Amino acid sequence: MAKITYIEHNGTPHEVEVKAGLSVMEGAVKNNIPGIDGDCGGACACATCHVYVDAAWRDKVGTAEDLEKSMLEFAENVEENSRLSCQIVVSDALDGLVVRMPESQH
Amino acid sequence: MTEQSLSPETKIVVIGAGHAGGSIAGFLRQFGFPGTITLVGDEPIAPYHRPPLSKAWLKGEADAASLALRPASFYEEQKVALRLSQSATAIDRAAKTVTLSDGAVLSYDVLVIATGARARRLPIPGADLAGVLELRNAEDAEKLKQAIGPGKRLAVVGGGYVGLEVAASARALGAEAVVIEREARVLARVACAELSNFFQTYHGGKGVGFELNAGVEGFVGADGKITGVRLSDGRVIACDAAVVGIGAIPNDEIAGAAGLSLDAGILVDADARTSDPAIFAIGDVTRRPLSHYQRVHRLESVPNALEQAKQAASAIMGRPRPAPEVPWFWSDQYDLKLQIAGIPFDADRIVIRGDRGAAKFAVFHLKGDRIVAVEAVNAPPEFMAGKLFIGNAKPVDIEKLGNDSVSMKEVAA
Repeated sequence: MAKITYIEHNGTPHEVEVKAGLSVMEGAVKNNIPGIDGDCGGACACATCHVYVDAAWRDKVGTAEDLEKSMLEFAENVEENSRLSCQIVVSDALDGLVVRMPESQH
Repeated sequence: MTEQSLSPETKIVVIGAGHAGGSIAGFLRQFGFPGTITLVGDEPIAPYHRPPLSKAWLKGEADAASLALRPASFYEEQKVALRLSQSATAIDRAAKTVTLSDGAVLSYDVLVIATGARARRLPIPGADLAGVLELRNAEDAEKLKQAIGPGKRLAVVGGGYVGLEVAASARALGAEAVVIEREARVLARVACAELSNFFQTYHGGKGVGFELNAGVEGFVGADGKITGVRLSDGRVIACDAAVVGIGAIPNDEIAGAAGLSLDAGILVDADARTSDPAIFAIGDVTRRPLSHYQRVHRLESVPNALEQAKQAASAIMGRPRPAPEVPWFWSDQYDLKLQIAGIPFDADRIVIRGDRGAAKFAVFHLKGDRIVAVEAVNAPPEFMAGKLFIGNAKPVDIEKLGNDSVSMKEVAA
């Protein structure tokens, strides 16, 4: 289990417990958190689960692999700390993770 | 209905608990809907992801929990009443009620029809033999899973995406697979010839057999169980099971019986509203406007289900209509990730980028200097950039597009 805080673009925080092994995207969808759609169910095919990883967590979360990078290259509002949350696997080491959402996923 | 008139007493009934029905319940709560939500589904389980049924789930790489759209706790926490193993049998628009198969009568202020589509069947001899299967839901997938494994032979009737995905999964499980297709090429209805040829060659290399230009006359069997598929030229393709994937039919009968406007699917507007202002329809069952193409169309896809769920939830809650999305689709077969954006309506030329031999390429469909669709195999930048071009209706430099040494980033600049 890891506690993850998802912060909507308008600043509304959602703090939930997510089981290790799920993705950060799945944690949001299963808890009905607005702003992360995950249209493709985690196939890294749609870029509708874009998040910004809080600075303190970037090293622990790691960097995107090539497929994810090339999806992000054409997503909107991409920043240096952008990730597709379906590609971040939750583990106990990510307990306390904070991610923020972009204005839009499309 | 406006937001001002919504109260804790407002009742929304959603019939159909697939991806569309399950999603609108979530969006309504995200948007602050204060009333009751009842989700009626004819399967015994809560909404789940259907795309993995032909892929990860069939190969044993996904379990029921990962298939579920939401955990069981979601329905309790979000106060969504599930009525499972129930289908809606009638809608009374004057009384604003829905009758269920167990005889219950639910009244609604807003009704959402999300009844989806069902597999088209072949009305031919032997179609009732055990081992003649289809793939729309988890129960179908379970039967198919039992039927394929090492040493088994699967006949796939219909070379569409579902058929090819099942063939790929069957091969991964060590079963033989032969695809029987009426047209001269696989994916004939849904992809261009270049993509069809590529997929057929790729599947052939993985050991999948093909019977093209082949009509199916019937299924033959022994002791009530299938043993082969009889083609119109008289040959029999021996098999242990057959899966029929020849398209889907919208479950729009209940809407038609209630007098809603239909056209091979329930006609809806850009808010997913039907001809009755108190009734919305979302997902595979609808025929909807496609603003990027100025026409109406029926889409069978998860992104479409989600988009319309959001449209309807926004309209019900009095929120602004979400920006229209470019239709898109995906399919995974072996190590191939196919992503498609747009629909090649009225396309007058194609441009191919990348290397088909290396299984990394994209086919762009253009109308004049506008991209109207892109089919991308292991080529996410082409897919993503193509989707943006379609969404913006921006002209593209065709010479750059066709030049592999120019990056997609530059093409899109």
